[in-house]
Amino acid sequence: MSFLGEVARWFADPENWQGPHGIPVRILEHLELSGLAIAIAVVIAAPIALYLGHTGRGGFIAINVANIGRALPSFALIGLGLLVAIPLGLGLGFWPTMFALVPLAIPPILTNTFVAVREVDRDVVDAARGMGLTERQILRSIEIPLGLPLILAGIRTSAVNVVATATLGAVVAGGALGRFIVDGFALRQYDQLVAGAILVALLAIATEVSFGALERGTVPPGIRATP
Amino acid sequence: MTAGEPIIRWDWIASHAGEIGLRVGEHLELTAIAVIVGLAIAFALSFVALRLPQLYPPITFVSGTLYTIPSLALFAFLVPYTGLSIVTAEIGLVSYTLLILVRNIVGGIRDVPAEVRDAARGMGYTPRQMLWRIELPLALAVIFAGIRVATITTIGLVTVTALIGEGGLGYFILLGIQLFFSTPLIVGAVGSVLFAVIADAALVLVQRSLTPWSRIR
Repeated sequence: MSFLGEVARWFADPENWQGPHGIPVRILEHLELSGLAIAIAVVIAAPIALYLGHTGRGGFIAINVANIGRALPSFALIGLGLLVAIPLGLGLGFWPTMFALVPLAIPPILTNTFVAVREVDRDVVDAARGMGLTERQILRSIEIPLGLPLILAGIRTSAVNVVATATLGAVVAGGALGRFIVDGFALRQYDQLVAGAILVALLAIATEVSFGALERGTVPPGIRATP
Repeated sequence: MTAGEPIIRWDWIASHAGEIGLRVGEHLELTAIAVIVGLAIAFALSFVALRLPQLYPPITFVSGTLYTIPSLALFAFLVPYTGLSIVTAEIGLVSYTLLILVRNIVGGIRDVPAEVRDAARGMGYTPRQMLWRIELPLALAVIFAGIRVATITTIGLVTVTALIGEGGLGYFILLGIQLFFSTPLIVGAVGSVLFAVIADAALVLVQRSLTPWSRIR
């Protein structure tokens, strides 16, 4: 129990909650990094997937991107991010991590959004077309709302991956919560190490849970399963 | 990554060929142990879940939570207890395989058509015979799909274990980051992707030889 007591003492120490290296700042850094990466990935992947899904083209590519994405190890991406960022003069930490997170986040969003649009009942789309909706209106008022839960499921998968991988950014001198873990390893301060692990795990679980709630909240009332 | 330095120095690769081979072997060992131990545990959990369906949700909840915890955090939890060791690495790696494997084993077996089961029962198969001769063979394609995903995921995660002193090809990624030297970084990154592609292809071949009936259409 004494070891867990040390971890509890680390959390109770007011010094760990203050200043530029405190827990609140590290959490904000983690959220900023992850949030921006997800936002960029959505901006890149969603229009492509919506176009492909709506027109029904490029299905093979859209589906296989996810499999390729899975084979890309996150740690390797962090290293490759460094290769891109250093020659561009963007330094260590934030940008190398960003260059790793965006490609990691794109595949699940791309694949899920494509499938979400494709799986919308074609009869519904035909009915909308028959009622005189333009293609753009069909996408905006039929396909996106009906596919939203599945689209969000893709974003959730990406978000959980990104939050996890943002931790590795500390290896390339980034901030965020991984700092506590990497420093804990380096300094053999196991209280800091485990405290950092707890914070990262909680953040990842919170991401998963909140996106799950969002998904359930966006199922259109008309197709919600009635108990 | 300094100016004027080529991105890949082939002479470095040539002079480190022996070490690269060694690390590939390590990578293979770490992956194989994780997938095999993961499969054994996943089969045990799946049989429990099939017998007692009320236990399936808690089993997927726990393995799902383990899957959500970032790898570096999971290793960090274990280090105070099991140290910087292969045990720490394997506990983490095995944990990540469970969700995928249990889902596919249980799903695969549950998807066996009821008529097939009825026919087997009518032919006098005992529940044990039914499992081994009917349900598992028919579920093999779905189970293999799970094994493939678990293997590819594990190969990627093995690179992270470089941070706790293991790592196989991840060692080169860490070395590249620490020395600002692109060659080992690329060797580690490309090596582990290639390894995943080759392992996946090998698993497809194994699956084909185990389920010859699936080729006859």
